Order: sequence, then C-alpha cells, then structure tokens
Amino acid sequence: MSTKESRDGKFGEYGGQYVPEALMPAIEELTEAYERFVLENEDGFVDEFRRRMREFGGRPTPLQHADQLSERYDTDVYLKREDLLHGGAHKLNNALGQVLLAKYMGKERIIAETGAGQHGTATAMAAAHLDMPCEIYMGETDIARQRPNVFRMRLNGSEVNPVTTGRGTLKEAISETMRDWAKTVENTHYVIGSVVGPHPFPAMVRDFQALISEEARRQTREKEGRLPDAVLACAGGGSNTMGAFHNFVPDESVDLYAVEAGGSSLSVDEEAGVAPNSASLSTGEEGVLHGARTRVLQDGDGQIMESHSVSAGLDYAGVGPELAHLVDTGRVDAVNVDDDGALEAFHRLSQLEGVIPALETAHAFEYLEEHHDDLGEFVVVNVSGRGDKDLETVIEETAERDLSIAPEMDLFREIGGGAL
Amino acid sequence: MTLAAAFADDLAFVPYLVAGDPTFDDSLAYIEALDRGGADVIELGLPFSEPIAEGPTIQEGIVRALDGGMTTERYFEFVGALSVEAPVVCMTYYNLIYQCGDERGPRPFVERAAAVGIAGLVVPDLPPEEAGPLRAACDEFGLDLIFIVAPTTRGERLEQMYEHVSGYVYVQARLGTTGARDDVSEQTDASLARVADWEVPKAVGFGIKTGDHAERIIAAGADGVIVGSVLVDIVAEGGTEDHPREDVAARLAEKAEELKGGAVAGARRGTRAEQP
Repeated sequence: MSTKESRDGKFGEYGGQYVPEALMPAIEELTEAYERFVLENEDGFVDEFRRRMREFGGRPTPLQHADQLSERYDTDVYLKREDLLHGGAHKLNNALGQVLLAKYMGKERIIAETGAGQHGTATAMAAAHLDMPCEIYMGETDIARQRPNVFRMRLNGSEVNPVTTGRGTLKEAISETMRDWAKTVENTHYVIGSVVGPHPFPAMVRDFQALISEEARRQTREKEGRLPDAVLACAGGGSNTMGAFHNFVPDESVDLYAVEAGGSSLSVDEEAGVAPNSASLSTGEEGVLHGARTRVLQDGDGQIMESHSVSAGLDYAGVGPELAHLVDTGRVDAVNVDDDGALEAFHRLSQLEGVIPALETAHAFEYLEEHHDDLGEFVVVNVSGRGDKDLETVIEETAERDLSIAPEMDLFREIGGGAL
Repeated sequence: MTLAAAFADDLAFVPYLVAGDPTFDDSLAYIEALDRGGADVIELGLPFSEPIAEGPTIQEGIVRALDGGMTTERYFEFVGALSVEAPVVCMTYYNLIYQCGDERGPRPFVERAAAVGIAGLVVPDLPPEEAGPLRAACDEFGLDLIFIVAPTTRGERLEQMYEHVSGYVYVQARLGTTGARDDVSEQTDASLARVADWEVPKAVGFGIKTGDHAERIIAAGADGVIVGSVLVDIVAEGGTEDHPREDVAARLAEKAEELKGGAVAGARRGTRAEQP
C-alpha cells in the first residue's frame, strides 16, 4: 500500500497527536501496528485485507459511464460506484481494514463512533464478519434521524450507546468514544470513521480508502485511455474524498474538487455558537480538534461550533488534516453546495441515472450541475454511498420545499411522519 | 503565592471546579468556599466544548458553565474577581490557548493569564512533543506548566515530560477519564514510583472522593491530592430553592475540610512523617 509521508503524521502544519496522556500508549501501539502491517504488509495483512474486500466487500466497484448526465452536460461523466460496495457506502473499506488490523494486534473489542450511521453499520458488519465484539457510540439526534441504520447495527450484533451530550451528533459521539478508549486501551481498538483524529488515523484511514482511487485510476485508463480532467467527491470528515483523490494527487493534470456542505448558509452565528454549514475547508480556521491540528469551525475563542447539513454524514465541525493541507497548497479545490442544491441533485440523479445517491454524495452532483462547463471533458464523480438511508429525511425536506424536479409530494404530506 | 511555595510548607490539597459552573457569581462563591476549606492550590477549569479527557460529571459542569456564558475573556475577569489565598492553576484544552488573542499561538493567552495572576497551566490534550511554544511562553511570563503522567506513561515520553514540567506533576491514579471512584488504585503506587526522583511535587488525581482516599494517597507518598468530580457533583445539586448558593458553598467548604484533613492524617502516618 502507500506511502511515504505517512510516518510522522504531519501534513504541513496540520495533523499531530493532541490527545490525553492516557491515550498515548494506544496511539503509539497503533502507529507501530500501522507501519508493520499496513505499510510493510507484515504477516500478509494487506493481502488478507484485499482478499476480504473482494470476497466480502465486492471490490472492485464499477466505474460506470453515466449516459444521461454525459448527454446533459456534453461531458463524459463516470460514476465510481462505491454505493455498490457491501453495506451501500465506501465506509466498509476503512471499517474492515481497521477491524482486521485490530485482530492482527490481538485486540479483543471494537468501539466506534458514528454520525449518519454509515460508519457504524460498516463497523458492525466488519466486526460480525471477523467475530469481534463491537460497541457503537451515536448521538441521540442522529439515532432519531437514522433509525434503520441503528437497527442494522443491532442486527449485526453490535451494541449501540446513545450519546446525549451537546447536540447529540458526530462530534459528541467522537468525544464519548475517546473516553471509552481512554479506559479500555489495553484490549480495545477504536475504529475511527474518517481521516480525522490523531496520527496514525488520518494516514491509515486514507490508505484503506485509497482502494477507490487505485481502482478508478486504472479504470479511467481502461475506459477512456487516459486520466480524467476532474475528480469530484463530497467532503465531511473527508474519508471518501481522500480515498477518491489519493492516487490522483501526483497527476497534476487531474483537478480535484472537495465538495463541502454549505448547509443553509455560509455565515456564522458566533453568539449562538452555530455555523449553519459543515464547510470547514471553505470557512473554517486552523485549530485543534479531536486529536489533530486542522481546519475547524470555531468561534473567536476557539470553542467548536455546532455544524449543520441536511446530510448527517457531512455534519462535522472539522476535516481531515491531509485534506486541509492539500487545499492550502492548492492541489485540491474546496467548493460547497447548499442543502437546497443537494436535494435537487438527489432527485436529479435518481431520475436520470436510476441511482439514488446518499445526500452526502448528492452535494458532488450538484456541483457538477452548476460548474460542468469548467470541469473539462472527462469527469469522475465518487458515488460515496447509496441514498436508502436518507429517504425519511428526503421526504421531509422535499415536502418543505418547492422543488420542480421532485416527485409529487402531496401523498407524503397527507401521510405525514412514519410514511416509511 | 507560587506553586512551589504552596507545596513547600506541607502536603497540598488541590480542588478542581469549572469556572462559571453554573453561573459566574455562584462559581465565585464556590471557589472561595474551597479556599476557606483549606485549598492549597486551586485548579480552575476554563470550559471547552470538546472535553475529551473528562468523564461525564465534569463534562456536565463544563456544559453548565458554557451555557452560563463563560468565555475566555470572562474567565480572566473571573480570576481577577476571585478573593482567595491559594494560587490558581488554569486547566483547559489547547485550542482555547492557541486561539486566544490576535496572533495565533499560545503567547497571548499566557500573557493574559499572567496579568490576572494565574500561577500555572494544565492542558490535558497537549502532549510534550507539541508543548515547546507553550513552555516558552510560560517561561517568558513566569507560569508553571503541569503535565499529567498516566499509569501507562513510560520511557521517552516520561523523559520529555520531565524536561518540560514545572510547578508539580499531576499523577493520574488510573486509566480512564476523570470521575469519582470507590477504591484507590494500585496503579497509583506504580505511577508514583516512576516519578519518585523528580524534583517537582507529585499530586495524585482521578477518582479521589473521600478524606480516607486522600489519607491513603498521601500515606503512599504523594505530595498532594487533586479532587474534582466529587466537588462538581456538589455543585450540580445547587442552583435550586432546595440548595441555595450558601448551602452549596458550605457543603463544598465542609468537603474540602474532610479531604484536607484526610491528607494531613495521611502525612502523619505516611513515610514523610519519618523523614527528618
């Protein structure tokens, strides 16, 4: 697997290991295991990881020509179909990698946080597949808006621990999981869900997710005989983003676009401590959050803001340090799409291509809609996940809006809540 | 008074509360009650929205203080308004120190802290590898920088802390986050043994909630006890008609006396009693 700058955990000024002292031994042990098993393929770890991703995960995922979108934009648009990965999202790449690594390390218990529930369900699947006990921390707000995912975790035999502090979303769940880990480091591995947190997590999660761009890069050459002009991926914490970009980073002819959640507004209410968006690359400031120095949505004092997005999976006040660095150096363009645009794109892709995307993914497609003229003649969009998990949200949010592209919503307005 | 002086005359009782929990004025009364009850050093939390090193009790206190309007600037006002004899140590997370003031980096925070008379800092999410700029700022403005030694801290990391630490060393009694516990961990003895030859005083924290605990910790060779969660629990009961501010303050003072008394008793029966 990759890579070289993976060893010191610094990406320019970003990254590092800002964690309580009690966690440092776990971090050091994990760093050593990452270097041995992931970077050096000791005991054939990487071979087993790739084999299980093929047989259990269903890799490689297709790179599919999107006929209708290509015609609409007069551009060759290809979909990297991570929605077809087992579990319906890219999250399994990382979850299976880390649970397998935990086994190689001799750990006996898995814990994880989850926001939208995609990482939680992927971790629960991987833990069941590899016969490891697993507990998932999830904010109670997220539990309410992602009930089917909660049930999937339970079906796979994982415990789900509701987190009631703060607004009950992803950042509180991360804090709570770190607390658990601080008590249980000796026998427990914390499967973090994105390219965030202290080193080695950002580099390690990127390496597991980099299967996406490793395949996509090969597939673009097979299909079109050349590399694409642009790759688009949505960005919350940034794991599908880094996975889709990583192998293209050295290819300077390929433009990389990280599409963040613009939420309802890019402006910030400092008084209320609320940023009605999750665009930490576009609007955040350098700070330290959850173990790493990175771009963070924060007030003037450094208190972390409550972020917002219609898509729970993008709703996070920070972002991976490597992605922040790639934006600072100009290699990646940070752009954003608001809630309304993401909803429109959700309906558009569903109708035009027969692919119901995750609301997270829909952000990338709306950017394509708005800016296809500037993206060249060959564009790859990473379909990070499928949208089944978002249907209740989309019914509600669509019924509140007047979207010409949406199906007739009267039926759903009459039925009200619980239509599903 | 400096931290060294606070530990010099005797063992030290070091209580912790979150500044502004649940309000600015309540909290002033509570801290002053701890001072009257025998505090030798006061660890005063500046609340941060993501307190990853704290257990649920202190986290709730942090949420109450933030809801009550505590900010970095109000915190400095709070320290300025305190009428206490014990030196005050600020316990907070690195992002608040890093973001304070116009220039990024820890210097403006430390300058302000020194101006209001804060004696030292404890920053649970700042590892010694990243502590250089903060150590330099603390040296410039005469503040101590306290590090937390965990039961798992060994080798090179221990040496790096030894190089950076001043004031006292915070010996974490057990793994996990803060919170009152019923027993005194065996890990405490092992942790104390690892820092036995450090010149700075050793204060043990995490899980101490009775005078009896304090006595055993001091008897085991610690120079001080740090007590947080059990005090934050008392604060949590305040703020209602059943628990007016004066009653809560009185209970805090009483608890402080119990803990200080236990520590003094521990010193009498511990190894230090035999020392010349």
